[in-house]
Parts: sequence; structure tokens; C-alpha cells
Amino acid sequence: MAVTTPQAPAPETATREIFMSEALREAIDEEMTRDPTVFVVGEEVGVWGGAYAVTQGLLEKWGPDRIVDTPIAEAAIAGLGIGAALTGSRPVAEFMYSDFMGIAMDQIVNQAAKNRYMFGGKAKLPLTYRAPFGAGTGNAAQHTQSLEAWFAHVPGLKVITASTPYDAKGLLKSAIREDNVVIMFEHKAIYAMRGHVPEGEYLVPIGVADVKREGDDVSVITYARQTHHALEAAEQLAAEGISVEVVDIRSLYPLDTDTVLRSVRKTHRAVVLYEAVRFGGFGAEIASQIQELAFDDLDAPVLRVGAAHAPVPFSEPLEQASFPDTAQVVGAIRQSLQGVY
Amino acid sequence: MAEQQPVSTNGRAGGDDASNGVLEQLTDDQLRWIYQIMRRIRRFEETAEEAFRAAKMRGALHFYIGEEATATGVCAALDDGDFITSTHRGHGHCIAKGARMDKMMAELFGRSTGYCGGKGGSMHIADIELGNLGANGIVGAGIPIATGAALGSKLRKDGKVTVAFFGDGAGPTGAFHEGVNVAATMNLPAVFVCENNQYGMATHADFANAAAIHNRGPAYGIPSASIDGNDIFEVYATAKTAIDRARRGEGPTLIEARTYRQKGHTVLDQKNYRTKEEIAEWVARDPIERFVTAVNESERLDEDDFQAIDGQIECEIEHAVAFAEASPWPTVDVIERDVYVE
Repeated sequence: MAVTTPQAPAPETATREIFMSEALREAIDEEMTRDPTVFVVGEEVGVWGGAYAVTQGLLEKWGPDRIVDTPIAEAAIAGLGIGAALTGSRPVAEFMYSDFMGIAMDQIVNQAAKNRYMFGGKAKLPLTYRAPFGAGTGNAAQHTQSLEAWFAHVPGLKVITASTPYDAKGLLKSAIREDNVVIMFEHKAIYAMRGHVPEGEYLVPIGVADVKREGDDVSVITYARQTHHALEAAEQLAAEGISVEVVDIRSLYPLDTDTVLRSVRKTHRAVVLYEAVRFGGFGAEIASQIQELAFDDLDAPVLRVGAAHAPVPFSEPLEQASFPDTAQVVGAIRQSLQGVY
Repeated sequence: MAEQQPVSTNGRAGGDDASNGVLEQLTDDQLRWIYQIMRRIRRFEETAEEAFRAAKMRGALHFYIGEEATATGVCAALDDGDFITSTHRGHGHCIAKGARMDKMMAELFGRSTGYCGGKGGSMHIADIELGNLGANGIVGAGIPIATGAALGSKLRKDGKVTVAFFGDGAGPTGAFHEGVNVAATMNLPAVFVCENNQYGMATHADFANAAAIHNRGPAYGIPSASIDGNDIFEVYATAKTAIDRARRGEGPTLIEARTYRQKGHTVLDQKNYRTKEEIAEWVARDPIERFVTAVNESERLDEDDFQAIDGQIECEIEHAVAFAEASPWPTVDVIERDVYVE
């Protein structure tokens, strides 16, 4: 498996830039400092430091009672989080890959998501699940899926994902403070992306989208790593005088429909971009909401750009072609503008 | 309690010796509590069955009748603040952990005054304040949650123990293995209590489990015991040993309590998978009758004690049904409420 291990510490400057994995680590570390009931549990989160180095150094700092290594047992990891959360702790449970959540599906979907409701609102589950997802790392079909729509479909779960280190830190801190079950999907291909993260305390609220680039001609509604493809496409098209707005939803549930609609009502065109299999993906929900709520504002059908209807293939040219890249996003934007379908 | 026979690691603990002298060591109040809880469970379910057959409630009812000694004996050995996870056959665990029958009955009736406001029903009653982390509609699923509660207690150093109740039907599930194995590797304060009531629906426990569940203890490096789940004294003594051990930080124990579901799987039952003779054989080993006989022989409580408790329970039952029937249905505006903490 490809394991990304950031090396150098970020310089302490006014425009401090750090890796996303470091931003996530800071979020966990700060929340552990703030609240003694916060602890981390998962496979290889301790000595190894997390498969993607997010918890690196935390075992040394906090010890084995706060950074809890488990055997390979995803259902147990999910259940450890539930039982501990129900009884007064605030766990941050890591799945090494979101693909492995299938093994824990009952615990996540039938237990964690439903306990509060089934128990008549008497239970509280301050529980965060973290899960690396996404393609592009050469890890093949069982380590690269984008399954976020599965979980966004389940009442009782909140689902978030970040495109920048800044958002990653602020969202994860908000998730840990939530008295609800939050699943944070972290795109593997951008753990090693650097970005500005200020010193000191801040939160990014769950359920609030972020306009990453303003534009007038077409809106690209997206999240996680695909945000960067959208931004690259916007940059390329700006040279031709095409003005693209990029909306990073950041939360799948709750979805900030207002921000999405505000953008579409301005540009009158929408491309929904996501890395999951296009058919039945979360983009379908966004597209559906746009046409239900802003039909009269649209000058073109809402387009979806997503991955091929196939498991993620291993071979690099196949894998790279299986999910959207910048060129595909550019093509979809042109299609939306030209009205040729 | 005085020192009990230690639970062995060879799966042969318990046995007749485990119950010897236990009655004598229990106070009269404890004996009354045990009788009261077992009778409450029995009468609650008999009453629920009547209500179900009278079409006053719907869904699924899984009866615990015949298994009362297991929940009661285990919970008698727990402290108030300790935790349990329960099963789809969970009424007994709820009552033994101190649940109110009026709120339980109202929940079975689907009323707004029920434990879950009518959103859970028979299979999802929980009372977090009492330490009942919930009945569960998924077989085996409470086991990893119990392990999590035990991990929480270890990390918080709150001195609490968690008991996971589950049936023989959970033995084949992955959740059993993951939950017990992790608890053992982390040396958590958990006790895993398998209520082997012989059948998962119509499937016999011996068919479902390649080897007896109590034999798995050594595989996880934890003590295990095979006990008569219809002998309240043996259940209590074995549970007490395991719970005390867990509380001392010495790790989990696996207990298999052999018992029998006298009723069908639910109100609806195929009745084609066991003989009347087999049922009669187990009814003759009824845990409440055995308790009463033993107590009578010891001359610790007399008929007046039992009658007083029976009378009180009939009042409670009458109240529970009246409360449930008089309670309002939930209003539909609550459908999307309590999905999240707002």
C-alpha cells in the first residue's frame, strides 16, 4: 500500500503551510488537550502512527490510554467507538481505509446511526469515524473506493470531507466536538498537499459549503480532491474568458443547499463533480436538489461528472482514466456552456 | 458475598458446586429482589402476549419466559452503575437492570410515553441512565458495543463493568469473535454472557456452533464457564466471580448459561422443530419454580413473602397496561426528531 509520510515540520510563519495529514493531527491533538475524554482508536494508530501518518507522534505524547491500537477488527473498532461514546467518552475511531467499513457496516448503520433515534433521543453518541478514501494511489479496487454516498444516505450520520488542510483541521475539530456520529472521509491523494493553516484555534462548521472560487458563467459543485480539478479547470478556462465558480460542499450531510442554489441562481449552469462511481453517487442528490429548487434558473441541464462504472483498476493509465481529471471537468463545463448534450 | 469458586479456564467451571451455599449467603432482601425481578419478567411477558393476541400491539415480541434466572442472576451481581448490552429477546435484561414496566409496556404499545417515545419498540428499549445500553435487533451486535463500553470504563477509570448478553444464535457471528477477541487482547472489564436457550429460531445451537460456546474461552485466553442458566444461585455465583474479576482489572470472562425458551421464537412460531416432551422437560426445570422450592426448603421466606410480592407485581402490571392504553400515540411531527442531537 502507498503510505504517505510527511517529513519536514512546517515553518512557523504568518502564512504557515502544513500538510493535510499534519492539519488533521493538530485537530486531534488540540481536541485531546481540550477534552480528556477524547481518545483515538484504530488499527496501527499508535506505534505506526496511522497508515497515512495522521496520528504520528501522538502515542508518544499521549500514551496508550489515549491512542489505542486495535487488532484488525473493523466491526469491533466501530463498536468500541459506540460503546465508549454511549458511556461518556468522545472517541475518534479510524478505519485504515474506507473500503474496510463494509466489515463494520452493521455497527455503523444499524447501531451508531440509529441508537439515538431508536432509544427515543435518550442516547448521545459523540463519535467521530475517520476514513481515508479515493483513487489515484495505485491501491486497486479494495483500497480506493469513494463510498461516501452510502453513509450520506443513512439518517443519524453526518458526513464531511475536506479539500484543503485548513478545512480538514477545522472540520475535524468540529466533528470531535459534535454530540453526533460524524464520518470524516479523507482523500488519500491530498494527505500530502500543503496549505495555509493559521496558528491557533478555529473551527470550520459542519453543514456549511465554501465557495472556493467565484465566477459567473457556470458553477462546479464538488468536494474533496475533485475540488482541485475544478479549480484547475476554472484557471484554464479563465484564459478563454470563461468564469467558473467552484463550490466545495465540505458536508454531504447536512448539505448546505442554500450555498449551492445561490451559486446556480447566479451562473444558471451547474456541473456536479465527484470521484465516486457516477451512477447513484452523491452527485445525483445535488443535481436533483438543483433541478427541484432552481429549475427556472437553469439555462442548461445539470451535468454529473463521476467515475467509470467499474471497480477502480490497478494499472496506472487505467486508474487515472477511471475517475474525473481536469480535462474531463473542462469538457463538462464547455458542454454545459454550449448546451450540446 | 464470600469467596466463590474461581471460574476455571477449561470450560468446566460452575456445575453443581457453584450454587452450593449461595442461597445461605444472600440476604432476605436479595432473595425478595430476585423473586420480584423474575416474577416481573414472567408476568410482564405473559401480559404482553395477551395484549399482542388481542391485537393491542404489533411487530415482534420475543419472549424470555423460562430464561429469567440468567438476566436476574447476572444483574443481581452487578452494581447500579454498571452497563449491559441486550438482545432482541431483551425484556428480561431491561427489567433486571431496573427498568420501569409501565414505560416498557407503553413502548410495546407504541405510545409516546414509552421508553423510546414509541420509536423503538420491543427490540430497542434502552435506559442509558440505568446502564442499559440497549436491546438490539441485530444478533451479536451488542457484543462489540459492550466491548466499547468496557474500553470506555478502562480509559475513564470509572470502575464499571459491562455485561454483554447474547444468545447461542450470536455464537456464529463475526461480531462475537471481534468483540470478545478485542476485549481479551485489551484486558477489558467485560463479561460475555451467552444465554444458550437451545434455538435460534428453529436452528439448534449445536448445529449453529461448531463447538460449545463455553469451550471458546481458552481460545481467547480468558476464563469461561458452563453453567445451568435456570439455577439462579449458580448464575449469580458465577457472574459475581466474573464481574469481581473484571472490576479488579483482570479481564473478561465468557459464561455460557444453558437455559430454554419455553415460548416460541416470537408470538408466531412454527412449532415444528421441537417436541412437546422436550418443552415439558424444560418447563419442569422452570427457574422460578426451582428458586421458590429452594427458598421454601431453606425456610428463609414464607408464603406471605411470595404472595406480597405477587400482589405488588399484579398492581404494577395492571398499572402498566392501563398506563400504556391511556397514553397518547406519538404525534407525527416527531418523525424526524431525535435523529441527531440538535
